Formats: sequence, structure tokens, C-alpha cells
Amino acid sequence: MTLPFFTPDVDPGPDFAGLLRRQGRDPEARIADAASHPLTIMHGTTVVAIRTAGGVVMAGDRRATSGNLISHRSMEKVFPADRFSGVAIAGAAGPAMEMVRLFQLQLEHYEKVEGHHLSLEGKANQLSQMVRAHLPAAMQGMAVVPLFAGYDLQRGIGRLFEFDVTGGRYEELHHAATGSGSLHAGTVVKIGYRAEMDPSDAVDLAIRALFEAADDDSATGGPDLIRGIFPIIAIIDADGFRRLEDDEIRSRFEALLGDLSPSNTRGSADDGARPDQEVDR
Amino acid sequence: MSMPFYVAPEQVMKDRADYARKGIAKGRSLCAVSYDDGILFCAENTSNTLRKISEIYDRIAFAGVGRYSEFDQLRVAGVRHADMKGYAYSREDVDAQSLANAYAQMLNHTFTHEMKPMEVEILVAEIGDERNRDELFHILYDGSVVDEDRFSVLGGEADAIAARLDEAWADDLDLGAALRAAVGALAGEERTLVADDLEIAVLARSNGRRKFGRIEGDALTALLG
Repeated sequence: MTLPFFTPDVDPGPDFAGLLRRQGRDPEARIADAASHPLTIMHGTTVVAIRTAGGVVMAGDRRATSGNLISHRSMEKVFPADRFSGVAIAGAAGPAMEMVRLFQLQLEHYEKVEGHHLSLEGKANQLSQMVRAHLPAAMQGMAVVPLFAGYDLQRGIGRLFEFDVTGGRYEELHHAATGSGSLHAGTVVKIGYRAEMDPSDAVDLAIRALFEAADDDSATGGPDLIRGIFPIIAIIDADGFRRLEDDEIRSRFEALLGDLSPSNTRGSADDGARPDQEVDR
Repeated sequence: MSMPFYVAPEQVMKDRADYARKGIAKGRSLCAVSYDDGILFCAENTSNTLRKISEIYDRIAFAGVGRYSEFDQLRVAGVRHADMKGYAYSREDVDAQSLANAYAQMLNHTFTHEMKPMEVEILVAEIGDERNRDELFHILYDGSVVDEDRFSVLGGEADAIAARLDEAWADDLDLGAALRAAVGALAGEERTLVADDLEIAVLARSNGRRKFGRIEGDALTALLG
């Protein structure tokens, strides 16, 4: 590999994707001519993000599906984008992973070339452009819909952004969910959300949301106690991005399962089985 | 029609080398010192923004002396080379040696083919998992590469500084001791360098994935003692 040296008129600057294009390695999938019938490819599913006091919590389940089959049980869908931000993905697994990899490199490349990092909004716009560039593939059933969240160092707050397949970028003030189980997960988060939430409460809420989504959406994976596979949960705040340990998530899940067990629930199976007798009494 | 004068190739090379050396000698020197947790870089630099030392990749750093615009161009090319390689293969496959070779090729080409040689001297450093895997590649304006250990000095007064550093260097330096040795060697006997005159960075094994870090402000003042 020779040293990439450019004359000023063709210098790609801090843009890594631009550099790849100059070197003949176009990072975007060009599949406009591909067969137009949908392929059976792996899809990743539910991810949520919740704004907390001083940061953001991001969480994602671990299941990937191909049609009606479970193709992967331990897929990761929540990644650090750089030290102070994270990206979570739902959609076609292959292109989504590639998008995350390129996005991470874009941010690091910019930071190294320019000597300082992009603003949080700059990062969100970068991702939006990448999603938009992916639109032709999305039209053929390979949509990638990410969530982006991070700690804004200039403003001292956590912020989160939702995207649509066209690259539309929408800042959410409270919470966001995307993927096949997002309807259920989003509803749970919506009901449990409070302003200026404690990060620990937000983690519990995210766990509950993913649990409920897995309960009602076949493409979302629940906690797998046998194999020890749990959702990936990350907290992003002034100290940066940190992923919670599996053991912590396991104990939080066990607490949730304890709360949900029939003996603790008002509408337990026992009561539900004999409604008539209740009326008779 | 005028005939160009014949100039012996030896003379051309010598003139170019003198030109490059003169340019490099105008700026201040820098040094890199191996210490127990990695490699310390210490440059005399009063600017807070025009850096001489920077990050290339997870384990690799770059330092340059001479004409700023030229070594900064080389730095950016190095970042591109490393990021491209990491993207095409994997992060583990990015190494200082291939980067040093690419730099050498580029500098040598410029030295022999272009109007003027680059007035720079650069250092490419990489830390390994253990200390004996650390690498320091010192590359000159004409593309010659020197693989150094213990420490490396770049710039006009390199010989004098290297002699002082040789005396101060020991096998078991910690960060503070390495820093004081490096600063003492750069300053010499007549001068004292304070935090504002210095640009300090490290490649430290104890850092996370990205081993590069700058030491600035209060942390630097405290270490200087």
C-alpha cells in the first residue's frame, strides 16, 4: 500500500468515505442492478434509547432473524461510535454492521486528521448522510435504521437522534425505539419514562421494554438464561460510553422476572381461571 | 541555445541535503523516550494548536520537526494510510514498519525527483504488548530509515541532546522521571523549559484501545515537579 498523497485540488480532507472513493474502494453498496425480488437476509431487530439526567441509555436485544428463522442469538446492535456517543442499529444486518464500522472510522478519522472531534450534531449529520446513501439498497428490502445518541460536550447534556430510511434525522427529547419490536418496546418506555430519569432507572426501563417486545414480537430476543445471553445496554454520559457487564444485566433481569412472577401479580393465572366464582360470591 | 551546466550528481545530492538540513535546523528539536509503560514524546513547542506530535493509529504515533506544512502533510498521509489499511484488513494488521517504509519511499522520491527536498525529519513509533516490542523508526529528509531503541532525537541539535539523554536515561524510568530526563536533555544546561514551552504526549500500554494521549496543563506541571 503506497502512501495516499494528494494534490490540493483532489484532497479528500477529513472525509474517510471520500478517501476510500478516491482510492477506488467505494464504501456504498451499489446494488441498483441486483435482482429486485427480496432476498432472505439477516435482520437485526429492536433497539431503544432513553434520555436520562446527564446522559443517555441505549439498549438492544441480541436476536437476528432470516424470515421466520432465528439466524443468530448473540448479535450486537449497540456500538460505541466514539468515546462520547453510541449507535444502535435495526434492519438488514450485513449493511448495518458495515455502516457502523464506516461510521466509527469516519469519526475517528476526522478526529485524527483535524486534531479535534466533530460536534455531536456533526456526527448525527454524518450518519444521516450515510443512511441516505444507503437508500437504493433500502428500496430493495435492505433498510438500515439506526439510532444515534451521545453526550454533547459543548452543551453538557445527553441527546438522541432517530433516522428514517431516507436519511431524515429527527432529534428526540425523551426516548426513541426502532426495529420490529419498537412498537411494544416504545410503548413501555413511553409509559415508564419520567423527565430527568436516573440512569439506573432508565436501564431497568430499557430492560423491561425489551422484555415486553420479546414477549409480543417473534423477531425480538428475550433474555437467554440458559446460554447467558442478555441484551446489550450502554450508558453514555460525561464519562463517555460504557457498556454494562452481563452479570449486572442478568441480576436486573432476575429482579424483573421476580416482579412479573404469578405470585406477585394481581391478575395471576389463579384468579383469571375462575372469574365466575368471583361474581357468584 | 544555451547549454545547461554540468553538475556532478554528488554535488546535487550534497546541495539538496544541505538545503534540507538547514531548514530542519531552524526549528526546535524533539525527542522520544522509552519508559516503563510505553513511549514518551517531548517537543519544544510554544504553540498550542500547531502540533508536532500526533496520533496515527491505536498503537502508533507520529512526530515531526522542520517545516510544519510539510510534516503535517506527511502526518495526514500516515493517518490515511493506517485507516485505509485497518479498514481493508483489520486493526491488528496496521503496523509502524510498513508506514515507515511508505514514508521512506515518499521522502526518497521527493528528495531525488522534485525541485526541493522536504525539510523534515520524522519519527514513527509503535508500542507492543511488552516493552521489548516497542519500535522507533527515525526517518530523514532523504528517506533513510534508522531503527532506534531506548530513545530517539530529531532536529538540528540532535547530537548534543542525544548525548545528554544518553546520560540521563535508565532502564526503569517511570513517566515522571522519563519526562524530566527528556526536558532536561532538550533544555541543556543554560535554559529551563516550563510547561508552556512544551508539547508532551505518550503512547501508554495502560491506555485503552487508543494508546495515544496528551499530557497538558496541571497534569504536566505536576509531573515536571
